[in-house]
Amino acid sequence: MACAQGPDPLGAGGGGERRPRWDNRLQYLLSCIGFAVGLGNIWRFPYLCQTYGGGAFLIPYLIALVLEGIPLFHIELAIGQRLRRGSVGVWKAVSPYLGGVGQAGTWVLCGVNPASSRRWRQAVPGHSGVCPTGLGCLTVSFLVSLYYNTVLTWVLWYFLNSFQSPLPWGSCPLDLNRTGLEAECQASSPVSYFWYRQTLNITADISDSGSVQGRLLACLAAAWAIVYLCVIRGIESTGKAIYFTALFPYLVLTVFLIRGLTLPGAVRGLTYLFTPDVQVLRSPRVWLDAATQIFFSLSLAFGGHIAFASYNPPRNNCEKDAVTIALVNSMTSLYASIAMFSVLGFKAANDHGRCLDRNILQLINAFDLPDQSVSRDDYAAVLTHLNATQPDRVARLCLETCRLEDFLDKGPGHVVGSPIRRQLSPVPRGLQSPTSCAVLKGERSSPSGAHLWPVVRPERSASGTGLAFIIFTEAILHMPGAPGWAVLFFGMLFTLGLSSMFGNMESIITPLLDVGLVHRSVPKEVLSGLVCLVCFLSATCFTLQSGNYWLEIFDNYVAPLDLMVLAFFEVVGVAYVYGVQRFGDDIECMTGRRPGLYWRVTWRVVSPLLLLTIFVAYVAVLAWTPLSYRAWDAQYVRFPLRQEKSYPGWVQATCVLLCFLPTLWVPAVALVQLLAECRRRKDGWQARNPVLCVEHLDCEQGLL
Amino acid sequence: MLCLLFFLVTAIHAELCHPDAENAFKVRLSIRSALGDKAYAWDTNEEYLFKAMVAFSMRKVPNRETTEISHVLVCNVTQRVSFWFVVTDPSKNHTLPAVEVQSAIRMSRNRINSAFFLNDQTLEFLKIPSTLAPPTDPSVPIWIIIFGVIFCIVIVAVMLLILSGIRQRRRMSKGPTEVDDTEEKCENTITIENGIPCDPLDTKGGRINDAFLTEDERLTPL
Repeated sequence: MACAQGPDPLGAGGGGERRPRWDNRLQYLLSCIGFAVGLGNIWRFPYLCQTYGGGAFLIPYLIALVLEGIPLFHIELAIGQRLRRGSVGVWKAVSPYLGGVGQAGTWVLCGVNPASSRRWRQAVPGHSGVCPTGLGCLTVSFLVSLYYNTVLTWVLWYFLNSFQSPLPWGSCPLDLNRTGLEAECQASSPVSYFWYRQTLNITADISDSGSVQGRLLACLAAAWAIVYLCVIRGIESTGKAIYFTALFPYLVLTVFLIRGLTLPGAVRGLTYLFTPDVQVLRSPRVWLDAATQIFFSLSLAFGGHIAFASYNPPRNNCEKDAVTIALVNSMTSLYASIAMFSVLGFKAANDHGRCLDRNILQLINAFDLPDQSVSRDDYAAVLTHLNATQPDRVARLCLETCRLEDFLDKGPGHVVGSPIRRQLSPVPRGLQSPTSCAVLKGERSSPSGAHLWPVVRPERSASGTGLAFIIFTEAILHMPGAPGWAVLFFGMLFTLGLSSMFGNMESIITPLLDVGLVHRSVPKEVLSGLVCLVCFLSATCFTLQSGNYWLEIFDNYVAPLDLMVLAFFEVVGVAYVYGVQRFGDDIECMTGRRPGLYWRVTWRVVSPLLLLTIFVAYVAVLAWTPLSYRAWDAQYVRFPLRQEKSYPGWVQATCVLLCFLPTLWVPAVALVQLLAECRRRKDGWQARNPVLCVEHLDCEQGLL
Repeated sequence: MLCLLFFLVTAIHAELCHPDAENAFKVRLSIRSALGDKAYAWDTNEEYLFKAMVAFSMRKVPNRETTEISHVLVCNVTQRVSFWFVVTDPSKNHTLPAVEVQSAIRMSRNRINSAFFLNDQTLEFLKIPSTLAPPTDPSVPIWIIIFGVIFCIVIVAVMLLILSGIRQRRRMSKGPTEVDDTEEKCENTITIENGIPCDPLDTKGGRINDAFLTEDERLTPL
């Protein structure tokens, strides 16, 4: 049989350049862990735990991990390792148009390895089309890396501002007359003001784009420059950087954990977090959120894990890797939530103490009691005594109800009321109107129920920015040595996000290299530079004043839907189009063991069903709730509460377009493939298509 | 006679200085909050010092250089340590306008505070807003400095990596590229003779002709 050398369509993977490899197994594991462990582990999981009944949330979380997370993860690692291509090449190999008949499921490998002598096998004609699912993965990775790096830009901005004492978000700036504080800051709080005004300079409406913020643009450039520095040579450079970026967060989390546990009020916060409330499990929303959290936490369907695994030696135990990495990811979430909540418990205790102090001050001033005569413990007794003796005078004071649970309950979206307003401009008794008391209290109680956010609103990691940039920064303010803690915290967030960005960039660059879109002579540095440049220029839209609103759109609507669709096609493609049997053969080849019953059942039945259910439920939830966002408007009547506004029509249209664009690759390219196939059949494909040489692992021939 | 005079004086005093009187200001001190263990007790001597400080502030106002300590009246001292005070004119018949007293106190606020080891929050003059301290803005914001440092380091590192990559590529391209090409060609084609494929030679391992004896077998073992 003739075997002529055919054109190698797979770019840098074959030909004269050997495919890059990990220096050691630790690099590969750390890269996957770094990609999976991201900002969501820090601020999404603790928030979910707190909202959905504390320790009880772990039940749906672990069930979702076992039924959905680990099987999908194993698929990604196995196919990447076996086919040794990025996402586009991989899905091309599984099936050229994923669902097509004929050549579906044929192995088409072409990696000429001059170092080995292998038997050749005639291959089926290769298809020159690119894979639709892979393109979808590429598009989603591109969109996600745009806004993910914008979050890193904000983190970098806070990091740069942490090198001063006192911290800039600790106090309000003065107004123009220097007679008082800036009005907007006084009405909300210094941390919110620093976030919304001095960082984002946010507009009141999404249709009001405003101008590009120079300082954010500078930080964005710096963030992309750092990403470029690390991915400049692919895994050769990320492999070195990952040792630091993957391990540093664990170090900082440990330091925060130890410091947090020694702060007063920490234990209260932890017990509040982990006290299980099993009743919450009755709501289906909990299960939906647990499943989506596992899905996004493991960074599935990006193609990043496929890319990482493709640089592995073929004989690597991917099953063990999948289970290990998934468990490490979940453990990290738990660990981070313990560290976070010990600090947040301290903050709640601190706020509660200050609330009591404010009340005590009012009592002392009104009743002319000696200074410091009423301690926090005595407050309740003194209040009851005064209420009994002079109830009308007590009622005229605007005393707040200070309950520790209220402070512990504060979610990421809640704005803390400012005590400064009351202390610096005490309202003379005669001018105090009854409504002013309601305003002071209104931040905590719910006046007509209008503050109840729609419960079914899906909130993704962007809502976690409230936790990091508002709540946690306020907690840090009260810790001794605040600038040091701020530097550590934002440094940790930056390295966490950076290691996830490595995975994102790999899932863009590796498929581009493998598909051969770029000529082999173009050095990798240039390709990574071009990708980073394009991403940087596209991301400048997020540095506009309305950028935060757009980021929430991306985070809430675009990424989740696309990823779920792609993951569904992934698992269906492997389980049904390629075949679990054949997949099992390859896994046996790589690991030495066939996949057991658990894997086969989850791949065939459980995971696709679960993904379909989650997708349908997610879409239903989205369709039910009106699309709206919360705007920061200083002119709003009930400022500092954020105003609920609905998206204008053009924004909704853009939203829908961005949602469907990545998933449209699948039917579009399938159609193209079908048409090409028909045309080939007409022309007689044998003469047109060169036969490609393939290599295969020796175990298929029984030679080990 | 003396009793009558004393009675008259206190009557006038009460008339001019009482809570919510015209041109009167309420003062509130939180000594224990400010000083903790080192707190001093508020007694008549401290009151005297306070009156002296107020008189001192008034003397700084033009036209009021003759204010005496006796012109400052203090009344309604509570346990909170709060009291009202009022400044009278030399005739002691009516009080000075509140605006004057306010501006005088504002100008000397720092001196008054430091006399008592307190600050604007612990020595409060209700209805007299304090001038807030201007923010200490460094000429170059700190974040720009650190940003510059980080950005320069990153750019330098990127340049170094790119240059080393270019050098590496130049070295490799000068090296044995011809040898690589021929080896590739050999690997990729299978020669066919008479319809029977030949085994591809393992060029990397060298060519071993099994017909020759190995070195070891030449010499018979002892």
